[in-house]
Amino acid sequence: MTFDYSQTFRGSTGLPNTDNVPGSEMRYRDAFNLTLRAELERDSSVFVMGEDIAGGAGRFEKDGEVSYEEKEGYKPLDAWGGPFAATKGLIQDFGPERIKDTPISEAGVLGAAIGAALTGTRPVVDLMYFDFVTVAYDQLLSNAAKSRYMFGGQTKVPLTMFARSGAGTGHAAQHSESFYSMLVHIPGLKVVVPSDPLSVKGLLSASIRDDDPVFLVNDKKLINLSGFVPDEEVVFELGKGRYLKRGNDVTLIGMAYTSEICRKVAEKLEESGVSCEVIDVLSLSPLDEDIILESVSKTNKVVIVDEDTPMCSMASEISSIIADKGFDYLDAPIKKVTSPHTPVPYNRDLEFSFMPSEERVIKAIQEIVEY
Amino acid sequence: MEQKKLEWLFEAMYRIRRFEETMLEQTFKGKSMGVTHSSDGQEAGPVGVCAHLTDKDWIGSTHRGHGHCIAKGLDTKKMMAEIFGKSTGQCKGKGGSMHIADFSKGMLGANAIVGASIPLAVGAALSSKYNGTENDSVGVAFFGDGATGQGVLHESMNLASIWKLPVIFVCENNHYAEATPVEYAVSIEDISDRAAAYSMPGVTADGMDVFDVYEVAGEAIKRARKGEGPTLIELKTFRYHGHFHADDPKKYRTIEEDEKWKDRDCLKLFEEKVTSNKSMNLEKIKEIKNLIDEEMLEAVEFAEKSPMPNLNELYSDVYVNYKD
Repeated sequence: MTFDYSQTFRGSTGLPNTDNVPGSEMRYRDAFNLTLRAELERDSSVFVMGEDIAGGAGRFEKDGEVSYEEKEGYKPLDAWGGPFAATKGLIQDFGPERIKDTPISEAGVLGAAIGAALTGTRPVVDLMYFDFVTVAYDQLLSNAAKSRYMFGGQTKVPLTMFARSGAGTGHAAQHSESFYSMLVHIPGLKVVVPSDPLSVKGLLSASIRDDDPVFLVNDKKLINLSGFVPDEEVVFELGKGRYLKRGNDVTLIGMAYTSEICRKVAEKLEESGVSCEVIDVLSLSPLDEDIILESVSKTNKVVIVDEDTPMCSMASEISSIIADKGFDYLDAPIKKVTSPHTPVPYNRDLEFSFMPSEERVIKAIQEIVEY
Repeated sequence: MEQKKLEWLFEAMYRIRRFEETMLEQTFKGKSMGVTHSSDGQEAGPVGVCAHLTDKDWIGSTHRGHGHCIAKGLDTKKMMAEIFGKSTGQCKGKGGSMHIADFSKGMLGANAIVGASIPLAVGAALSSKYNGTENDSVGVAFFGDGATGQGVLHESMNLASIWKLPVIFVCENNHYAEATPVEYAVSIEDISDRAAAYSMPGVTADGMDVFDVYEVAGEAIKRARKGEGPTLIELKTFRYHGHFHADDPKKYRTIEEDEKWKDRDCLKLFEEKVTSNKSMNLEKIKEIKNLIDEEMLEAVEFAEKSPMPNLNELYSDVYVNYKD
C-alpha cells in the first residue's frame, strides 16, 4: 500500500490511515536528519553549511578518540552533529565539503550560500537559532529574495534555510523568537513550518527541491515529538495546509507547535461535546487561503493560535483574510491567541504565561462557541 | 601584451567613459527613471581586472556598477534601456541603474546595499571550488572604500581565506563614501593592509593606470586559478562626478583635488603611454572612439524607441513558482 499523504490535506477524517504502510515511528529530529541525508544522496549539488553542523571542524576521530591530524582509519570529527543533532552523522558519510562547518558569520555565510545558489549549487544553511536571522537579514531580504525579480527573472535562488524557533525551553529573549511575520513579509521568500515528523519530511524535501529560497522553521518544542513517517519519499506541495482533525463547531488554526496545541485541545473538547476542526497551515508563504475559508464557511467560528507576538503577525494576517473574504461565514468575532507584545521572558512561569497554551485556546473557544 | 588586448583595454575604458557621460546627459534630460551613479574617472579598475576574465568567471558589483558591467562585456543598448526603464532592458526595466545583471556573462548584478554583493562573489567561488572548476571560474568582488566599514566584507574575507577560495577582492578606493572622505571613515592609509588580518596578499595599485591594474589583477587571478586562495587589491582612484547624478561634489571637495586626479586621467595616461612607446597609433585610437561614439547614439536610440514593460510584469518573476 502506498502512503497517500494527499489525504492529509483534503481528507475527511484528518490524518490518513497508515496501517500497512512501510515506515516507522520516529522523532521529529530523526525525520529531519534522515530527510536531509536522503536529499544529499539524491542530488550531489546539495550541500549544507552552518556553525557546528558537525562540530570540532578540521579534526578527526576514531572510536571516540580525537585527533588533530588525519590518520589511517579516522573520520572527520562529528563532535556535536549540529545543534540539536540535526545533522548528526552526515559529515562522516558526506565529508567536510558537503557538510561545511562555518565560523560565526551569519551574514557572510548566508551571502556566500546565496552566491553559490546563483551559480549552480543548492545550498542548505543552518542558521542555528531563529533569532540569528536578523544578523543575516540584509542578505536574506536584499539578495536571496530580490535577485530574481530585480534582475528581470534571469536567475533563481534554490536555497534552503532552517533554524530553531520558539519559547518554552528557557532560552530567554534572544534564543526563543517566533517572528514568522518578519520572513513572511518578504516577497520572493517562502516560509514553511512543519509540525510533526511527517511534515518535516514532506516540507524539508520539498524545500530543498524548490527553485525559490525557502525558510523552514523548526519549533524547538517539536524536536522530540514522535510520529509515523513512511519509508518512501514524501514531498509536500509548498503552499498547502492540512486538516489534523475534522469538526463542525469551531475552526482552530495552528502553525508549528501551536498546531499540536490545537490538536490536543480539539481532542479534549470532543469529550465535552464541542467539535473542533483543526487546520495545520504548514506553509506560511504561500498561505493556503482555500483551506481556511473552506473550514470557516462550515464552522462559522475561528480561533487562530500563533506563538509570534501579535502586531502584524500571521494571526492578524489570517484574521484579515477571513474578515475580507469570509465575512459572511462568520457567526462570532475572530479570536486570536498569540504571545503578548513583549520579548520572551526567562523565568519559567513568565515564559509559560507568554506562550499560547491549551488553557488560553480553550478559553477563546468558550468565548465564541455559544456566541 | 597582445595588440588585440591592448586595443580592448582602451575600447572598454572609452566605452565606460562615454556610457557614463551619455547616461548622465540622458538622466538630466529626464530619461532615466531614477537615480544614477556615474563611475567616470574609475574606468581603469574594472577594465584592468576584467581583461583577465571570461564569461565563466563571476563578478559582484555595486550601485556604481556600469563600469563593471561594460568591462564584463554587457550590451550597452540593454544597459541604457534598463536605465530608461524599458522592457528591452537588461532586467526588463525592473532593476534600473543600480541592479544591472547578466548571468550569461558572469555578472552577478549591481547591488545597491553597500558591501552586500561581496559574499555573493565568495559564494560563486565556493561553487567553483565545490565543482572543482576553480581553474576557469573565479569570483571577483568589486566594492568601494565605503564598503570597508561593513562587517560583511570582513566576514567574506575571512571565509575566503579559511576555505582558500578563488576570490579577488577589489576595493576601488575613490576616496569618498557618498560625501564622507576616506581619511575620516577608514582607520588606515592603505586599505590593502586589511589583507594582513585575513592572511592573504594585499596590494595597492594605481587605479588610474590600466597597465598597473592589469598587472596586479593578473597576478591575483593567476593565484586564484591555481587554488592558492584570495587576494585583496586596492585601487586608488577617483570619481569625477558626485555620489549620484544630482550630487555636487564641490560641496565637499576642492577643484584642486579634482584637477590633480584628472591630470592622471586613465584615458590620457593610456594615450600618452601607447603613443610614446608606439604600441598603438592615434588613428587606431580615433577609430575606436568613433565607433563607440556611434554605439552610444545607437544605445540611446534603442532605449528611446523601446516599449515600456507590460503592467503585468509587476507580478512576474517574484518566484519561480508560487501557489496562488
